[in-house]
Amino acid sequence: MPERLLSWKEVTMGGTVTEPGSSVEYPTGTWRSSRPVHDMESCTHCMICWVYCPDAAIVVENGRWTRFDYDHCKGCGICADVCPVSTKRPHPVTGQMGKVIQMVPEA
Amino acid sequence: MVNMLIRALDGAHAVAEAMRQIDPDVVAAYPITPQTAVVQTFSEFVADGLVGTEFVAVESEHAAMSACVGAAAAGGRVMTATSANGLALMWEVLYIAASLRLPIVMTTVNRALSAPLNIHCDHSDSMGARDAGWIHIFAENAQEAYDNTLQAVRIAEHPDLLLPVMSMQDGFITGHGVERVEILPDEVAKRFVGEYRPAFSILDVDHPITMGAWDFYDYYFEHKRQQSDAISRALPIIEAVGQEYGELTGRRYGILESFGMEDAEIAIVVLASTAGTARSVVRRARAEGVKVGLVKPRVFRPFPDRHLVEALSGCRAVAVLDRSISFGAMEGAGPLFLELCSAFFAHKACQTEIIDYIFGLGGRDILPEHIEQVIRDLQEIVRTGQRGPLVRYLGLRE
Repeated sequence: MPERLLSWKEVTMGGTVTEPGSSVEYPTGTWRSSRPVHDMESCTHCMICWVYCPDAAIVVENGRWTRFDYDHCKGCGICADVCPVSTKRPHPVTGQMGKVIQMVPEA
Repeated sequence: MVNMLIRALDGAHAVAEAMRQIDPDVVAAYPITPQTAVVQTFSEFVADGLVGTEFVAVESEHAAMSACVGAAAAGGRVMTATSANGLALMWEVLYIAASLRLPIVMTTVNRALSAPLNIHCDHSDSMGARDAGWIHIFAENAQEAYDNTLQAVRIAEHPDLLLPVMSMQDGFITGHGVERVEILPDEVAKRFVGEYRPAFSILDVDHPITMGAWDFYDYYFEHKRQQSDAISRALPIIEAVGQEYGELTGRRYGILESFGMEDAEIAIVVLASTAGTARSVVRRARAEGVKVGLVKPRVFRPFPDRHLVEALSGCRAVAVLDRSISFGAMEGAGPLFLELCSAFFAHKACQTEIIDYIFGLGGRDILPEHIEQVIRDLQEIVRTGQRGPLVRYLGLRE
């Protein structure tokens, strides 16, 4: 069942969002034209990508880099740009030497 | 009725007095002639500790309206003032203030827009903003500018509206012209405007909200329809506030003011200070037996279509006096004329001939002789049945 959309008489005044944190329910990952990919073996968990991500698409658990939130990552590439760590071997996804986070075209 | 304090004030200082009594939480403003006297005087009240207002001296009018939006979103009672190019610089934020339903009150001391550079009165500034979603109220004189400022707060903050109000007066003509103005005692004015209780505040951490969030094609349309519905409900609220103010002061305010309309065959429609000139000419003409009347709309947004058609549709010929041009509109007419024609057509009152006069651009004087010419033109239309030119010009060198 698709969610019922509210009528103009039911929406909040001025489009004010009264439910905190509701952007979680709004997947923006479909906007992505390229996707960040990560090399866990070379990652030092410095969290620079976590600091710079303009969404909240770097998931950290127990102080460790864990995964990308691909439901919300818009593919801006900032994480790949700011990643300061080089891979110790060809990147497991791209096969290229370079940074721990690299961008690949979205399928 | 309360005892008034009688002061000699120009329109700008009269508005500053009203702002002192309102004591808003935040005023963010940037000086521009001829609004300067409002904000300069009010900033003295701030410096002298007569108000508790946080005065934000911003770097532009875009910043002024942006600061007002932020302060109003935080739940404050917020005011500002501007003129002409300052109003134009606020453009995108005017729409945001209205769309977020923030009851900001802004005095606009009407002045011509550049270019060429001119500091004197016409209505091109606020008329350019007529579709931004604000309520527009025009004052004829300094007294009305004071009275409208107090009422604007009540109108804007009405829970069924929560819309910004632009309160106009004519630059220099009333803005800098000293008149006898009756001022309410402070405590009576404060009681009239009351305390503002915002529906939302972005600073309320116990009830966190987001304002102005992303709104896609699945919801933006609904929000706009709701906004349009809200401003469409404003006229009865404006009338009720005007009625209550009248009980307090003896000066009742409605949507429009009619003079000599009960048996009028011809009529003049004009906003703001020129209504004073027109009234004196109409009064004299009526004493000479001419069945001419005057209608002064006080409210331009929302447009009082039914009020105007009801007041004017018994006339055989009507002249609208427009102090601005809607460039590229039908025959270069002005906005008041265009809206009135639409109203007459929509309400099937097309038997009345309506003509438009552009006048007073850039502060060009409008004289009693000009109004007399309008009356003669209307009489000629009635006599011959020939409408003649749709759009005409008063006081222009041909």
